[in-house]
Amino acid sequence: MGLTNQSSGSGAIKERFGWGQNTRADYVIALAGNPNTGKSTVFNALTGLNQHTGNWPGKTVLLAEGHYIHQCLTYKLIDLPGTYSLMANSVEEQVARDYLCFGRPDATVVVLDATCLERNLNLALQVMEITTRLIVCVNLVDEAQRKKIQIDYDALAAKLGVPVVPTAARSGVGLEQLIKAVSGIVTGSIETKPYVVRYKKEIENAICRLEPKIKQLVGEALNARWLALRLLDRDQTVIDAVENWLAREDRLTTGIKEVVLA
Amino acid sequence: MNRVAICSGLNELLEEADQINPGGSLNLNDSVVSTIYSRAEEIAGGVVTSQGKPPVDWDKVLDDILTSRVFGFPSMLLLLAVVFWITVAGANVPSEMLATGLFWIQERLTECLVWLHAPAWVNGLFVEGIYRCLAWVVSVMLPPMAIFFPCFTLLEDMGYLPRIAFNLDNLFKKAGAHGKQSLTMSMGFGCNAAGVVACRIIESPRERLIAMLTNNFVPCNGRFPTLIALAGLLVMGATTFFGATLIVVGIVVFGIMTTLAVSWLLSKTLLKGVPSSFTLELPPYRKPQLGRVITRSIFDRTLFVLRRAVFVAMPAGAVVWLSANIHIGGVSILTHCANWLNPFGQLLGMDGYILMAFVLGLPANEIVLPILIMSYMATGSMLELDSLEALRQLFAGHGWTWLTAVCMMLFSLLHYPCCTTLWTISKESGSFKWTVLAALIPLGIAITICFTVAQCASFLGWI
Repeated sequence: MGLTNQSSGSGAIKERFGWGQNTRADYVIALAGNPNTGKSTVFNALTGLNQHTGNWPGKTVLLAEGHYIHQCLTYKLIDLPGTYSLMANSVEEQVARDYLCFGRPDATVVVLDATCLERNLNLALQVMEITTRLIVCVNLVDEAQRKKIQIDYDALAAKLGVPVVPTAARSGVGLEQLIKAVSGIVTGSIETKPYVVRYKKEIENAICRLEPKIKQLVGEALNARWLALRLLDRDQTVIDAVENWLAREDRLTTGIKEVVLA
Repeated sequence: MNRVAICSGLNELLEEADQINPGGSLNLNDSVVSTIYSRAEEIAGGVVTSQGKPPVDWDKVLDDILTSRVFGFPSMLLLLAVVFWITVAGANVPSEMLATGLFWIQERLTECLVWLHAPAWVNGLFVEGIYRCLAWVVSVMLPPMAIFFPCFTLLEDMGYLPRIAFNLDNLFKKAGAHGKQSLTMSMGFGCNAAGVVACRIIESPRERLIAMLTNNFVPCNGRFPTLIALAGLLVMGATTFFGATLIVVGIVVFGIMTTLAVSWLLSKTLLKGVPSSFTLELPPYRKPQLGRVITRSIFDRTLFVLRRAVFVAMPAGAVVWLSANIHIGGVSILTHCANWLNPFGQLLGMDGYILMAFVLGLPANEIVLPILIMSYMATGSMLELDSLEALRQLFAGHGWTWLTAVCMMLFSLLHYPCCTTLWTISKESGSFKWTVLAALIPLGIAITICFTVAQCASFLGWI
């Protein structure tokens, strides 16, 4: 049952034709996470947008967006489809991955399920390979408590090198801290030092050889280490996306030049 | 830097990558995935402690019953029946109260217009046409929706929908379709257009098309009120609620069976192929947030669907009134059309007016019954209509039998999807051909089944 005001009628038109997207936002925040971790609940709790949250996997097939205001600044929130990984095995994974890499949000909140942290961390580690500006939000802590699971959040934050915020979004617990952490990341007052997954020697050597050349091509805008991995893997979806991105960047810079000359 | 330069820059990189990793000899993907998994395990192991065994795993206990081989299907049907029973039993009284109230207002409106010395056609078009159609839509649709939506949302919020998918998965596999189709089908109960959009969760284009083409066979909430009202008409008397519930459940089960049968046929003919496998995660049951469920289902679903119905009902009411009151050769346009469609309608166990209502109801299935009531009232002598019993008399006066009600229910269940759904299918499939087929396949099936049922019944002398 997905019929809501948002999924059809004017909502669908807005989504389809990109209307209503010109709300000026100071920062863009992406929301990633496994299916059924309460990602949409976090989204709703933050934006007050009453997007329907259903308890079944694959509910968010589209990118939903909303915004909230914190200390006079507007934060635009993008709810990515729930995925288990970013290996682009499915459309949702590709959408989420492309957005994180090429959409370049100012910060990314990865929502994890406290009741099965281990499996959820896989996604967090993969997101950390793409972006350094992220916050880990461990949701459903109330449920974990009920199941007598205890998590040392400080230790987790120390290990991952990024802020970790425990929340129970359904009852609003921890959202204040989450908002603060996000603002800390986007303004740069919180420094992150994300954990880097080191692979076996041959792969690391290969990355080392390719990484500088990628930096030459894309500059600091995209994550060269991650791109190196994807290109070494000959991931055609990434290759196409990079090509498109380069073309777009090129158009933008030429456009700016022309304006300056005129 | 132009496009060529971009490509050459990227191509150099790719050549370099090929040299470093010739023919994928590094076995990169496997290695990357397994490294990430073991790191995640390490990190989680360091920070998570489990304090003894959790008391009782209620999720598992519930799942053992709700998804078991033996109790899976019965519990599913039972839950469905309970939801419908609550809807049928609860909707009756408010429905009649709304009808009485709204038609009282209609009389006052007419009096007001008379007092203003307005010409007769103003009263006809605006009050008897537009207002009356609106009143019917509201009184027939609002109460069932206001009860059905929160019930269904509650089930959804608790996490029952994936269990339905789990139970039906095997059947869909056997039909050559994707198991996730059971999820998109469940979405179709809310709205077929939303169900079609949800088909995006199915990756294989072949299976996605099957799911899109068959979504229409589960009744959306635009058709539930029609089905519920007709089921109520079919079994007047003491056992109304129970009997009506059984009929609605039967219709829904028949719709699911049709979905499976058509999926099977499509996967054997137009869309050949083997079903792909997938893993379905059963999310934990969660305590539904009652307040939020109710407000969301009322504001987001009920009022939204009602608004859509109202917007479609206004012009439809005007069209029906105009065609009933513009006469050509002494007979109204409405009667002309109905007479023209009548022989065909009779073959299908219905009549010309019913088919007319289905044709006019293309923009939104919700308005089929209101249009039919209006057409009958425009041609009949009855002017007061304030209860289900009166509705029954109106229909009986136009030659309805139990067969007419059954055939109309079947036709309503199976016929083409509404405009919105068709538009969504064309957007999602990007193909005119499949959109046309999405309308023609259900129409063909609806005609075949109604024809068979009607002819068998009259051949066997049941009627």
